[in-house]
Amino acid sequence: MSQTSTTTRPAASRATASPSPAAAPRPHARRTAVLKALGYSALTVFALLYLFPFVIQVGTSFKTDPDATANPLNPIPSQFTTAAYQSLFQQDFPLWFGNSVVVAVFVTLGRVFFDSLAGYALARLRFRGRGAVTLAIVATMAVPGVVLLIPKFLIIKQFGIYDTYAGMVVPLLADAAGVFIMKNFFESVPVSLEEAAKLDGAGVFRTFWSVVLPIARPALITITIIAFQSSWNELPHFLVSRQSPETNTLTTGVAGLLTGALGSGNRYPLKLAAAVLMTIPVAAMFFVFQKRIISGSLEGAVKE
Amino acid sequence: MKLGSKNARPAETRSGWLFVSPVIIILGLFLVLPILLAFWVSLSDWQGRGSPLSPGVNFVGGENYQQLLTQDSLTRSDFATSLRNNLYYVLLVVPIQTVLALALALLLNQRRLKGLSFFRTAYYFPSVTSSVAIASVFLFLFAGGGSINALLGIFGIDGPNWFADPRGVLHIVLGWVGIGSGPDGPGPTFMTSHDFLGLTWWDWVSGPSVAMLTIIALVIWVSAGGYMLLFLAGLQNISSDVYEAASIDGASSWRTMRSVTVPLLRPTLFTVLTLGLIGTWQVFDQVYVMSKGNPGKTTLTPAFLSYDQSINNGEWGTGTAMSFILFAIIIVFTAIQTLVLREKDRESGGLYSRMRRFGAAQNSNQGAGVS
Repeated sequence: MSQTSTTTRPAASRATASPSPAAAPRPHARRTAVLKALGYSALTVFALLYLFPFVIQVGTSFKTDPDATANPLNPIPSQFTTAAYQSLFQQDFPLWFGNSVVVAVFVTLGRVFFDSLAGYALARLRFRGRGAVTLAIVATMAVPGVVLLIPKFLIIKQFGIYDTYAGMVVPLLADAAGVFIMKNFFESVPVSLEEAAKLDGAGVFRTFWSVVLPIARPALITITIIAFQSSWNELPHFLVSRQSPETNTLTTGVAGLLTGALGSGNRYPLKLAAAVLMTIPVAAMFFVFQKRIISGSLEGAVKE
Repeated sequence: MKLGSKNARPAETRSGWLFVSPVIIILGLFLVLPILLAFWVSLSDWQGRGSPLSPGVNFVGGENYQQLLTQDSLTRSDFATSLRNNLYYVLLVVPIQTVLALALALLLNQRRLKGLSFFRTAYYFPSVTSSVAIASVFLFLFAGGGSINALLGIFGIDGPNWFADPRGVLHIVLGWVGIGSGPDGPGPTFMTSHDFLGLTWWDWVSGPSVAMLTIIALVIWVSAGGYMLLFLAGLQNISSDVYEAASIDGASSWRTMRSVTVPLLRPTLFTVLTLGLIGTWQVFDQVYVMSKGNPGKTTLTPAFLSYDQSINNGEWGTGTAMSFILFAIIIVFTAIQTLVLREKDRESGGLYSRMRRFGAAQNSNQGAGVS
């Protein structure tokens, strides 16, 4: 795990970080206590602001429709019911969930493999045109995603893969940010192991597959999490790559549920239950891999 | 990079290209090629039938762009409306989310407090959650009879019907001081008789609508957590020596924050503002899920209008032209911001500039990518 220097740097530098700016040279115990109390109250107010909406969401999903509209501020159901969840499972919801799983799994596998291949080549292999390829991949990161919506629709139609799993998955199979996370990781790993493999006569791909990838586990987990989360939460791409009800993912399906003909004034428990269920997989992942998600999101936001 | 080409060996060149080819092919086919095809469509009279590359489609030059920017039409006034809406959205979201993110980061950077990772998790959680799920929660919170209005009711305030209220916030305020005949009525004649891009001056100064405020609140709430992490990383890169020097100089904690911490965070601040600007000009998901541009087109944004205009109205030429104008807007705003921040940096050579230089050196030594 000592090779994770790139991903754990914020935590490591924290140990040597300064005392807070509030630290006075002469400690005044009472003043410190007041400051501490103020600090905690501010943190708590913000925590309420951030957590209460989720509490209301979960609570309301177990309410009846009239209870939800009558007591919108009280998260505790006056009469506990799982009717909203049962109703979801009688509709297309399981299909949407299945589609989201299929898409997220393939996108994640593809990105982990392709991003690490490219990242390894850019970090380690010396080949003509490497500089140009690096620059070109950086340049693609500068394109604002939303500008690509209609263009992607046009090209997916042109290729004849509109409204197919191929059209939904293939365009998401590689991402520039992931390539750079892998490239940075490989640059931080000493070359000695690979040299040994080469001396043993292993080819480039063999070395990559059986020597390099196993070492790269921390970075691969980062990529896995980011890829799964971003494809699970993706909405615009599935609006322009498909249209039939059978290919709905959770995001497009639930979005349709929210703006559907049923009107916005009712069925809140159903809508919130759908939101709860679609949040659970990423939430579980978040709580298990929290540290890595946080450092990974920082690396993804940063460009060379 | 130069080293790479000099020492290139044929075997490594072959596998190098083989290794990068999947990524290059996918990005090429689904990122570069689409842009070229869409640019062609924005210069053509394609109406959505058949392939845009079929022989019946004609090159019309800048006609679609001209129509959007100079010809009096519903399309133009819709586009102007969407630009107005997005401009107010950017003006509110970018500063507030930046200040909130910085405040949260400073709170979490207090070394004497414990249990901070719980709070960090709470603030960051919305950032990993699907925009559709968050939108469904906010649709309930801000519904006419929803949680927010119930909360306001406790304080005796009769909350608006948020999602159905197209009144501009500035129009409401101007109405209070007697300018214009209320938010629904016409404005002063000198403002209604002049127009820009097919939208009267009065319409331009509407401010964000009440409905747009809900989307603004949602986005600030969600995105502050992500930017908070960037600020935290920036704060942790500031060396403790700098704070020691400040305390030896007898600086108060407020003074230290204003003159040491915030200036040293400048690179992070720049990153946050730039990412914020780029992101806010692209708002799409929330509009698609929550409002579809309603009420009264006051939540229409260029990104959503471009989608709607192309896919639902079949006006592909002007729809794609909107995407490229949006692209240009994002580039221009980012460039302006870069220039302004650079200029400011040159002017300020104040009290703690020595420390700032010291801090900058620390940043580059640690090589943490964030700043």
